[in-house]
Amino acid sequence: MKEYQDLRLTVASSPHVKSPVGTRALMLDVLIALIPALGMGVYFFGPRALALTAVSVLGCELFEGLSRAVLKRPQSGGDLSAAVTGVLLAFVCPVGMPFWTILIGDFFAIVIVKQLFGGLGRNFLNPALAGRAFLALSYAASLTGWVKPGTKHWIEIGQTGADVVSSATPMADLQRGFLPWLGSSAATLRDMFYGNVGGCIGEVSALALLLGGAYLVFRGVIHPRVPLAYLGTVAAVSYLLPRGHEPVEWMLCQLLGGGLLLGAFFMATDYVTSPCTPLGGWFFGIGCGLLTLFLRAYGGSAEGVSYAILLMNLCAPVLEKFTQPRRFGGRTERKKTGKEGGAA
Amino acid sequence: MDMGKQIKEGLLTRNPAAVQLLGLCAALAVTTTLRGGLGMGLCALMVLTLSNGILSLLREYIPKQIRLLTTVAVVATLGAVADLVIQAFLPGLMEELGLFLPLLGVICVLLGQGGAFAWENSAGSSLIEGLCQGVGYTLVLSLVGLFRELLGKGSFGSGMLNGGRGLQVFDPQYAAGGMVLPVGGFLVLAFVIALIRVAADRAGRPRKRKGAAKG
Repeated sequence: MKEYQDLRLTVASSPHVKSPVGTRALMLDVLIALIPALGMGVYFFGPRALALTAVSVLGCELFEGLSRAVLKRPQSGGDLSAAVTGVLLAFVCPVGMPFWTILIGDFFAIVIVKQLFGGLGRNFLNPALAGRAFLALSYAASLTGWVKPGTKHWIEIGQTGADVVSSATPMADLQRGFLPWLGSSAATLRDMFYGNVGGCIGEVSALALLLGGAYLVFRGVIHPRVPLAYLGTVAAVSYLLPRGHEPVEWMLCQLLGGGLLLGAFFMATDYVTSPCTPLGGWFFGIGCGLLTLFLRAYGGSAEGVSYAILLMNLCAPVLEKFTQPRRFGGRTERKKTGKEGGAA
Repeated sequence: MDMGKQIKEGLLTRNPAAVQLLGLCAALAVTTTLRGGLGMGLCALMVLTLSNGILSLLREYIPKQIRLLTTVAVVATLGAVADLVIQAFLPGLMEELGLFLPLLGVICVLLGQGGAFAWENSAGSSLIEGLCQGVGYTLVLSLVGLFRELLGKGSFGSGMLNGGRGLQVFDPQYAAGGMVLPVGGFLVLAFVIALIRVAADRAGRPRKRKGAAKG
């Protein structure tokens, strides 16, 4: 009996199979996948895009560390999830946003949405999008100050000698029912593909986002079902309801414009806030797509991706509940009750 | 009744807004400024205290069957009086409270739980109970109003201090306007409720430990 006492046996519940891939490795892959989009943002909007992203990342890591210290939880800054939140929040903000504003967004995203609910894995909303929603409610002016791409901005806006050239975004044209190259933004499909349009730092270049998304799928970080369902729904519905335009052109504008690709590959696929059942993922993507188009057409602002994903985040637990996969060899609940009812 | 216990219950462990979660609709709607929260809270405090005293004095003469009716009649009367007094002397506060001023009676019936305490206790302790519960409600509403005004507008005590202009604590361009919107109301209310509950926990804990140590 005594010799067993020194054995160090670990008693733990499943899963027992361990993989070397941890949160840090996954988040590092996400950060790598976001580099092309950052590069295009810096190319079109100038070094300030990089500075704003860096400030946001540092702010998120700082707030994560501080809040966990105050809440007396073990430090988790090394898992890089806060850094991803920081990059994503900066990517959905315009380049001219003041540094203090994005720090407030970081605070809201990390402290209130993530850490107060228990940290990574327990947040019910995507922190970056919730931070953006808070900024949109509180500092609307700095979230709609779009600057023209190609006017390089150094650390302070307007240091280029010329005044800030504000410009209409393709999304504003789409909301009014114009094709962008006929509307006030005068953006062609080519511009929208490469990212030569007004918009948020990380969302303008469809090419860079598709590269990043392909990298994530290739590395197995995300499953393609949510982006496929999301983009597929947007494509199908905008093709069927082109508001009087050439269906293919209208569809491409909806797909390439705004934050759709960024949202579909990097935000709707968030492990924590999207359903983990396969069928739930499809429904989640379809819901995001329908809500995005609805908000783009009828919403108060020109873009609807962030609110669409936030609303579907709230539905994720319900979707998971109703799309539980059938156990191997088991029967579904409904069939069982049906038979019992018949027997009675 | 133990007065210290009543005070602690009203402020913390049985706080009407933060623990019993009563009257939250008003707590969200009128608390965009400190003045709104404080004004609404003080109105409720007056009505609660007076109605508790009156109901307690009536408890020998009113049969059980019509107690609820009597409660509603007394509280609604006092609510109407408060409504008219505010309209007459504080028109600015009246505009801010809006629809919730005529609803004061309804809120106070809820907060006083239909006079449940007053029908069973002496006039003195009923007065104190109403006062303590009213102060607890005022505390929550004022805190919510204070933080929403400070964060959402950058000001403190607008409509009350500094000749009605209030003190501008920081430049309003840095203020998070979302805090004044309904969203901010829910957020700040949640924080204040958490704060009160932590304080209630702290207040309730030492006594329990003492008991446990003795046992």
